[in-house]
Amino acid sequence: MTDAILPPPKKDPQKRTRTQTLPSGLRSRAALGLTAAAAEGRFMLQVCGECGALQYPPRDACSTCLSTELPWRDIDPAGKLIAETTVRTSTNTYFRERTPWRVGTVRLDAGPSVMCHVHGDAPRGGRVRIINRLDKSGQGVLYALPPEGTPNMEDDPQLREITADPKFRRVLITDARSENAVALAEAFAKAGASIIFIGEPEGWRPYPHRAALDAIPNVQIVPLDVTDTASVAELAGEIGGKTDILVNNARFVRPGGIMDRGDTVFARDEMEVNYLGLIRLAQSFGPAMRGRGADGDNSAAAWVNILSVYAYSNMPAFGAFSASSAAAYSLSQCLRAEMRPGGVRVMNVYTGPTDDAWHQPLPPPKVAPAALARSIVSSLKDGLEDVFVGDVAKDLIERWRAGAKVLEREMSETDGGGA
Amino acid sequence: MAVRTSRRMGYEGVVLAAPATTPYQRFSKETAHWWIARALRQSLQSAGLSPRDVDGFSVASFTLFPDTAVGLTQHLGLTPRWLDHIPMGGASGVVALRRAARAVQAGDADIVACVAGDTNHVDSFRRMLSSFSRFAQDASYPYGAGGPNACFALLTDHYMSAYGATREDFGRICVAQRDNALKNPHAVMKKPLTMDQYLSARMISDPIALFDCVMPVSGAEAFLVMREEDARAAGLPHAHIRGSIERHNAFPEDPIQMRGGWAMDIDELYAMADAKPDDMDLLQTYDDYPVISMMQFEDLGFCGKGEGPAFVRERDLTIAGDFPHNTSGGQLSAGQAGAAGGFIGLVEAIRQVTGAAGPTQVEGATTAMVSGFGMINYDRGVCSSAAIISGAGT
Ligand SMILES: [Zn+2]
Repeated sequence: MTDAILPPPKKDPQKRTRTQTLPSGLRSRAALGLTAAAAEGRFMLQVCGECGALQYPPRDACSTCLSTELPWRDIDPAGKLIAETTVRTSTNTYFRERTPWRVGTVRLDAGPSVMCHVHGDAPRGGRVRIINRLDKSGQGVLYALPPEGTPNMEDDPQLREITADPKFRRVLITDARSENAVALAEAFAKAGASIIFIGEPEGWRPYPHRAALDAIPNVQIVPLDVTDTASVAELAGEIGGKTDILVNNARFVRPGGIMDRGDTVFARDEMEVNYLGLIRLAQSFGPAMRGRGADGDNSAAAWVNILSVYAYSNMPAFGAFSASSAAAYSLSQCLRAEMRPGGVRVMNVYTGPTDDAWHQPLPPPKVAPAALARSIVSSLKDGLEDVFVGDVAKDLIERWRAGAKVLEREMSETDGGGA
Repeated sequence: MAVRTSRRMGYEGVVLAAPATTPYQRFSKETAHWWIARALRQSLQSAGLSPRDVDGFSVASFTLFPDTAVGLTQHLGLTPRWLDHIPMGGASGVVALRRAARAVQAGDADIVACVAGDTNHVDSFRRMLSSFSRFAQDASYPYGAGGPNACFALLTDHYMSAYGATREDFGRICVAQRDNALKNPHAVMKKPLTMDQYLSARMISDPIALFDCVMPVSGAEAFLVMREEDARAAGLPHAHIRGSIERHNAFPEDPIQMRGGWAMDIDELYAMADAKPDDMDLLQTYDDYPVISMMQFEDLGFCGKGEGPAFVRERDLTIAGDFPHNTSGGQLSAGQAGAAGGFIGLVEAIRQVTGAAGPTQVEGATTAMVSGFGMINYDRGVCSSAAIISGAGT
């Protein structure tokens, strides 16, 4: 059974913050297929397109028939832990600081054996299930879990290295005025976040759910306007050193494309919030978070962007908003690269139309704030990097992967109700 | 696999001579080039030859980068007409012997100098591990970066649960080798090792503890392959090659390594040598961890699969015992000098069957088996090799 982690002690400001070291991030190009699957939490391996043989480790030619056609496929994660060891000395600084470290050999029911990290509750010689997740260097690694859940299993120290569990962490959620704010704050409170800062723009203007926000345990409403550099910098000066998870929730959404708008006023607002807002937040909060990636049980763990799935392919009915989302999406890739040395995950949550005033004319399905919030918290606990929430987003990414150009043409036919 | 119908050609007329070991050091500021030069020179001097007499050159080394055997020819002033570079780590000694013997037999070269050597800088082991092979980089190093210790810990853990071996069984191999090493003035380990000390040593990667692990050192080993008539003319003590085998990536379907490639080819080795296990006066196994020596006892035919633990309980593995094994102390007690670890057993066996082993000499030894094992490419050793050699003894 895993020991439950305890609330971290108050930090001694005299003490040096531990520098983030990383497990080796060197991989062959073929092995990056595992990383791509890990971003979505999928356990995939190469399967020969000609003879069907499963391959591991990732390679460039089938070890049964020499075919070079090796697509990645979802694989049954069940297996048996046939050997294990506890590494007590390591040549790599990251592991040396974290020993003892349990690793094992799992024989998959699907065939091959894999070397993997092993959860403390996985029974010796017993059945396990494999998950594929990103490690601190942002590369896909395999991890053996007990077949069923165990008490406090999420607190296993090796597992916490690949997840971003909100438990005992301090969260900043931007844009208190958004319809999502209450649901997000409630979800993080339920997940055990120790403080939930909610950034509130234009505090003098009333809004309907302020009292509800204030009533959630551990919530602190703080002034924050992501369109105002000084406001972002000021808040970062106060809480930047204790922001462990940042949820970039501010979004400016208006319908319309190019010609039916007639001016660039909304387009500017969209870029100010959705694109420049991300830059301002990252410039003020990013460096401190990146420096605290290994700062104990409440280390900086994740940066969450809520993005429109139309970042991938423009929906003309919300054409200018889609463009600002695409800009933010591109920027998030840059932020990932910059956060990686600190071991801080940038999780993008892609959603289709949300159930709010600006998407009101659109037909269902739409993503309700509570569903969005639940998905964000569970994906942090699960250690994901790319999350597609709701049927519209899931459908769109499938189509985009099948053929971006075909999707572009399909998008121009839709009224925005779905892709 | 097709059954071989034609009998393999023997190694008649080719011999091994001039075994040389450059005394190992824990850390060295010198390069692999330096260590290889020392061993080569020592071997040639003992044979009364000069570098100009060498027309074949075979090299095994991990730390020559950016050089290979090619760069070494110019560096060391050799002008060979036959050149080989063997990247097979622990299997490289027997493989070098096999290739060189065929070259001499065919007349492609008259005298082949086979050399293995590596240096050990303070940080070189860590750097070598992180880029050892593509599969290791992708699929084992990211998992705790325990290196070979962790890989062999997994094999040992599995072997123990499959066959009921205990840590004490592995300890018998290590303790006996330390006993042998105390007779070898060049061994890095100079203190006796008791079973209690073995069992109470700190864990490195469970169930592998401190005395299950080799110590990386700097060092080099060398020997010459030449025609028998030339060796006789020069009055050089020499050993005959009775038979040899090598195999790579054997049994890929085994879920974890329980046997090496020897198990595929061992009958052929004994047939070629016209010998049986009882004929061996001593055995030199590749011993980077005791579990792999135990697997060799089984796969080389000295006992059945899974009988290794009982075998080491019944036999005395020391120089004076009834089953002399790794008589120089092996890598476990003499140190692992990189690729020279693939030569240490062979070079010692040449000394043994020519009566030149000095303080580690097994009395009356004329026939020896040497086996090699190398390259944990991902989760298991890929290369295996073995040879039977014999000499005139003392
Ligand atoms: Zn195939």
